[in-house]
Amino acid sequence: MSAAAVATESDRVKQAWAVLHGVLDPEVPALSVCDLGIVRDVIEHGDELELVLTPTYSGCPATEVIEHDVLAAVNGAGLGPAKVTLRRAPAWTTEWISAEGRRKLSEYGIAPPGTAHADLPQQATVRVIGRRSEAVACPRCASLHTERLSAFGSTACKSLYRCLSCREPFEHFKPI
Amino acid sequence: MPDMTAASIALNLTPATQYLLRIGDTCLILGQRLGEWCGHAPILEEDIAMANIALDFIGQARALLAHAGTLEGAGHDEDQLAFLRNERDYFNLTLVELPRGDFAASVLRNTMVATWLKLLWQRLAADSQDDEVRAIAAKALKEARYHQQHSADWVVRLGDGTAESRRRMEEALSDLWRFSAEMFDTDAVDEAAAAQGIGPRWSELEAPWRAEMTDILREATLEVPADSAFRSDGKRGRHSEHMGFILADMQYLQRAYPGGVW
Repeated sequence: MSAAAVATESDRVKQAWAVLHGVLDPEVPALSVCDLGIVRDVIEHGDELELVLTPTYSGCPATEVIEHDVLAAVNGAGLGPAKVTLRRAPAWTTEWISAEGRRKLSEYGIAPPGTAHADLPQQATVRVIGRRSEAVACPRCASLHTERLSAFGSTACKSLYRCLSCREPFEHFKPI
Repeated sequence: MPDMTAASIALNLTPATQYLLRIGDTCLILGQRLGEWCGHAPILEEDIAMANIALDFIGQARALLAHAGTLEGAGHDEDQLAFLRNERDYFNLTLVELPRGDFAASVLRNTMVATWLKLLWQRLAADSQDDEVRAIAAKALKEARYHQQHSADWVVRLGDGTAESRRRMEEALSDLWRFSAEMFDTDAVDEAAAAQGIGPRWSELEAPWRAEMTDILREATLEVPADSAFRSDGKRGRHSEHMGFILADMQYLQRAYPGGVW
């Protein structure tokens, strides 16, 4: 929700935000699309509500499902007609995941992302697996004694880790 | 509703659209090649990684093709551009249409292309005068960094690994390195794109690409291969013998069932 919009927000826009907070991400159903920072704005154009989304990854197959789900939720709550527009710039970043979202990720068993340093993966270009410096805490036992198995997990936004203390595998939401 | 029944579309080509199609087609064809690993990678984690990287490439291709279609102004959407062009109208680097080879060849190719794309996205995100290109590049850059890191890790592991993994990586280098020249030769399309502020001349990417690749190969204890006089020419529509086969795979459904959706 942009700061400028808050002051002048109509009841209809407020209700739409409340509805959108209940729309879960299809790939990480512990979080709402608002927790993830995918919904960027809700704008009222007279009769029509514009829902502005920023996709997480270029090829995220969930994008179209999310478009469908937010439209169905807003229209289903009688707040329509609504339309979805995609806003590409600025690019989505894990910095937009809310504190609430990070807590829910952790409870769900996914280690939340650390700070997205724009240059971090660049510096790590030639470091081999197992020698990375960034510590990721195990979401089960909180140990920092963990290692990355692969930069790519079950979805583009997650990487695969294992905890060397409790020996359990887990996923990490990649900072991007 | 665009007409999806045409057998092939004719492009209304300008230097700007060709410049973007060179990048978009490179992402499209490499995405298709990497998809071939799904169910066939040596370990499950890499099966997943290859498919994930493929999806990123398809997403980047989709955005670029859609934008190229808008600039082209002939009403072609990204699906028509992806599936209804003839071979000579694809402008990807020849490197990405080569058969996927073994795992060593695939991760080496991914490293060469990801390093090149990362440098290109950086320039496009910072300097392009086209708002949409800048936005696509800013997003893709974040993805390319992960692709490069992941693939370079494997080049190092295999190069500095067992006798067999090293032999495979040396063979991949000897097969693929000569195709890198195409990433950097500059022509009229480049000059026009640079003059219009769309993107850099590709020759400007050569020095930083060589520096990064040299670092990666040194870490992998591999020799940087000597340059050769060989020049591939996919970006001007002249492809290797492998291109027709991959297009047949990709296009079959849209050619057999025009406009089919699900």
